[in-house]
Amino acid sequence: MSAAALPWPWLDQSQPARQSIELPAGELYEAAQSLFSHGYRLALAGAVDAPAALRAVYLFTAGAPDRRVELVVRLMGEKPQVPSLAALSFPASRFEREMKDLFGIEPLGHPLPRRLVLHQHWPEGWHPMRHDAGPTPEMVDEAAPYPFVQVQGPGVYEIPVGPVHAGLIEPGHFRFSVVGETILKMKARLWFLHKGVERLFEGSDVRSALELAERISGDTAVGHGLAYCLAVEEATGTQVPARASELRMILLELERIYNHVADVGAMCNDVGFGIVHAKALTLRERLLRLNASVTGHRLLRGGVRLAGAQVAKLPAPREFESIGDQFHDLVDLALGQGIVMDRFTGTGALSAADAEAIGVLGVVARASGSSFDVRAAHPLAAVAPEFTTSGAATGDVLGRFRTRVGEVDQSLGILADLCDRPGALQVEGVLRQANGSGSGLTEGWRGAIAHRAEVDAQGRLTRMKVVDPSFFNWPALAIALKDTIVPDFPLVNKSFNLSYAGNDL
Amino acid sequence: MNASLLAGEALAAVVQVVALALGAPVLLGLMRKVRAHFEGRVGQPVVQPLRDLRKLFRKERMRPDQATWIFPAAPVVLVATVAVAGAISPLVTTRPALGGSADLFALVYLLLIGSTVLALAGMDSGTAFGGMGASRAVTIGALAEPALLVTILALSFGAHSSNLPAIVQATVLHPEILATPQRLFSLGALVVVVVAESGRLPVDNPATHLELTMIHEAMILEYAGPDLALVTVGEAMRLALLLGILVNVVAPWGVGAADSLPAIALGVVALAVKVTAAGVALAVFEVFTAKMRLFRLPELLAGAFMLGVLAVVSGLVVR
Repeated sequence: MSAAALPWPWLDQSQPARQSIELPAGELYEAAQSLFSHGYRLALAGAVDAPAALRAVYLFTAGAPDRRVELVVRLMGEKPQVPSLAALSFPASRFEREMKDLFGIEPLGHPLPRRLVLHQHWPEGWHPMRHDAGPTPEMVDEAAPYPFVQVQGPGVYEIPVGPVHAGLIEPGHFRFSVVGETILKMKARLWFLHKGVERLFEGSDVRSALELAERISGDTAVGHGLAYCLAVEEATGTQVPARASELRMILLELERIYNHVADVGAMCNDVGFGIVHAKALTLRERLLRLNASVTGHRLLRGGVRLAGAQVAKLPAPREFESIGDQFHDLVDLALGQGIVMDRFTGTGALSAADAEAIGVLGVVARASGSSFDVRAAHPLAAVAPEFTTSGAATGDVLGRFRTRVGEVDQSLGILADLCDRPGALQVEGVLRQANGSGSGLTEGWRGAIAHRAEVDAQGRLTRMKVVDPSFFNWPALAIALKDTIVPDFPLVNKSFNLSYAGNDL
Repeated sequence: MNASLLAGEALAAVVQVVALALGAPVLLGLMRKVRAHFEGRVGQPVVQPLRDLRKLFRKERMRPDQATWIFPAAPVVLVATVAVAGAISPLVTTRPALGGSADLFALVYLLLIGSTVLALAGMDSGTAFGGMGASRAVTIGALAEPALLVTILALSFGAHSSNLPAIVQATVLHPEILATPQRLFSLGALVVVVVAESGRLPVDNPATHLELTMIHEAMILEYAGPDLALVTVGEAMRLALLLGILVNVVAPWGVGAADSLPAIALGVVALAVKVTAAGVALAVFEVFTAKMRLFRLPELLAGAFMLGVLAVVSGLVVR
């Protein structure tokens, strides 16, 4: 069968692994439907307000082998509209609401087209990502209060929490409707941290913007930094030396273990088992010092470079064995405590079907039975260690705890392997100067991160779209809380440990 | 009764209250130090809670706008009831002034007044957390109460009285009753109840910052400044008092007649040593336990109740 006879080019295996297809708005729904039915997922959707025209871009990915299809819809006129994909994909429905807020693109047929990113005190009709948005307008009193659904019935009461919390937590508002202690409904209101990160990228030089990418979410410097570099490298057609990919993989796994270790401790702390928390913080400090010795920065900033990577030194492989021992001491202490096991087991369960329907990513998805991992589906060139899922897919807090433990073990294995390979510590490839667009996917410690960059011929970014896995995962938290009691919420929340900064952007 | 003994008894009662008020915060500091030690931290100085109190007492009063007179009254009532309970309980001497009124039932309900006004104040603050904490605290209190009452009944067998000084006195005279099943069962029940009533792990986590998991802390979340200082003192005194009663029921040594100053001094030292030991033991236990699921607490307290019933039954059967 020839390619021309196929209804959609992505069905032809001989087509390149990267395709960008411009199509009229009327064909978008069918095209998306076909992509979904052929195993693609929607990794990212966003608009681009180029001087020529407003475009809506949908990035679909599948792997392995790594395939990416971009659907581009050109939008004309005063009232840009796209057909809503909400019926096909829940994440798409949220991307569409984001596009509506930031670009004023109306999703036709969207079941819930209300605001997502912009809070109610921003005036109607102001879309900050449009090139003609103008200066930031004055905030107005909430003309339309946030439409919290009020659950009514005998004995139902509401508990509002946040956005200012008692601990060192990022801001988010949670509204619980509770009867007795059982949560009937939980609504999370986010985007208190929306700071216009994507706009900050625009117009800046691709090299200097790497620093911004590393600061999108402080605990994911490597994940976002790497996704950014991959996107820019693809946009400019830059080749990355194989050794650089090895070094990047090392940095990515170092970031994973220090964060997972902290989470394992924090989950125990939330059930009052502070000694594991203290031990986990001790181990985390050891890992942060290790990070500092590797990159000169405790949070691993500066290791990933455009077209390359650099480290000061690499740890000896046996170091990871000793870290593993220390880690398992504290894990055994936690799982040997009956009350901790009782608190973890069955709490905040997210079923595989719900996880799939919501499009959950990363640790949370794998704890609910998903096998999706960017490291396997879209491997970094020449570095493809064997990944096995850790088989702790119970979907509850215990599942997420064990998934983290399994991933730390896996990462330690990968690190011991990679640090044993000989090679340069500083690899500098040549960053090509060319205009284009490209996408970068990495498995950050929370899950799949997607960046999409558009670069002009002068090496400046004209548009960046950033997606943190937290954007996909936040709605799942409310679902997992079904039948959970109020005092278990902090534990379930911690077991998800989603980013506010990465979500709110 | 001669006048000097009466004066001694009055002095002992005053000493008991002062020792509680000053010693209780230090006890808290000590328990935090123990936890810090096990967690590999240096921890704050043992006297830090006293410094915190001094700081709080100097701060301005801040009260919720919508609160009524209950809110400011609750901390005073709490401290007052604990102080009265502390004055009449056999802590330093078996014969404090007004010891005759230290019936265990009266003592329990005296302490309950403090808990009740705090729960009322939690609701009075008008916040969701206050009401939530009050609801949880009252639930736990209601579950702990039957266990406590049955246990008191068992304790009263040996002394043929439910008067606490009399029970301690009887134990001093007949230490062999400590080894009877009824005493051992009551001890188990009493420990659980003390832990539950004073909001320690595994029932409540006094160190948490997570409002939604709080029981006791949620109730007092709106308190600040001198009000908070009073609540903190009252709570610390209650913990120390409960531990003091517990150790004197279990190990009534050093608790003598208040007939001389050296006797009172000896009583204070003995009390400090025993309560410190109990506090450290509790802190060590807390390090290695975790907070139970809220809905498991009825099982724990039902267990305490069963121990109390066993104590009564064995008290009736084993003579």
